Amino acid sequence: MVILMEEKTDEIRLPLIGEKAPDFEAPTTQGTLRLSDFKGTWLVLFSHPADFTPVCTTEFIAFSEIYDELKKRNTELLGLSVDSVSSHIAWIRNVKEKMGVTIPFPIIADLNKEVSQKFGMIHPAQSKTETVRCVFIIDPESKIRTILYYPLTTGRNMKEILRIIDALQTTDKHKVATPANWKPGDPVVVPPPGTTEQAEERTKEGYDCKDWYLCFKKL
Amino acid sequence: MIAVPCVSPDGKPTTRGIAKLAALKNGALTPEAVADITGHPLFGVRSGLRELANAGFVKQVDDKYQLTPEGSKLVP
Repeated sequence: MVILMEEKTDEIRLPLIGEKAPDFEAPTTQGTLRLSDFKGTWLVLFSHPADFTPVCTTEFIAFSEIYDELKKRNTELLGLSVDSVSSHIAWIRNVKEKMGVTIPFPIIADLNKEVSQKFGMIHPAQSKTETVRCVFIIDPESKIRTILYYPLTTGRNMKEILRIIDALQTTDKHKVATPANWKPGDPVVVPPPGTTEQAEERTKEGYDCKDWYLCFKKL
Repeated sequence: MIAVPCVSPDGKPTTRGIAKLAALKNGALTPEAVADITGHPLFGVRSGLRELANAGFVKQVDDKYQLTPEGSKLVP
């Protein structure tokens, strides 16, 4: 995918699913961090339009509420906006004071838009100065496994983010796929056979097969 | 657990920084081992050890970090 930014003539190629996430070093509310600092853990890298805005505040509270669940899944959170560290600090102090919620994860202060441009987080038709609501789910080998984009007006669904992480980790562990609306505990999809012989044998392997190409099993 | 910088703007190690230095008291360790000892998040340990190295309190040898004479003075 190639996006031509309006004011620039250089092309910015977005990182895609399956590719290695571009490394960066950036100031955050928890010190200077590199993407590579998260190697060995799953990472949810997400952008928000701006500090002290209503939808973003609800999202940060919601991300904080799933923080413990993410930790159980060996997953860290890393926020980003084009605000300064001081603005982030003032905002998270306000959220603590007014809403009683501690924001436990770091937030990148991407004032020069270096990280947001690397990850295609600024969509000029939505806003030339703010990042849209992006979510990059990055695995322990720094590979991008999921990309979600939401418009400025729509807050994200935390249950879906947890569900995607559960699905990706289940896929990695058991070499299976997960069907529509899957949630942990539901049957999973056995990868389709690659040969006619495998297709023939598939129906004898004890799976719940609707046909040779669609077989489920319980984990 | 929240990760915070390990060196304050005045160049002194923070409480978090001292905890990481203390973990290195008995010899060089990897960031993963320091994270196990301190209970700090691994990403924060990696960035914190970099800060401590830049400030001269630890030095990196291959994939491990060890105290410098300056860092050793700060460990009880």
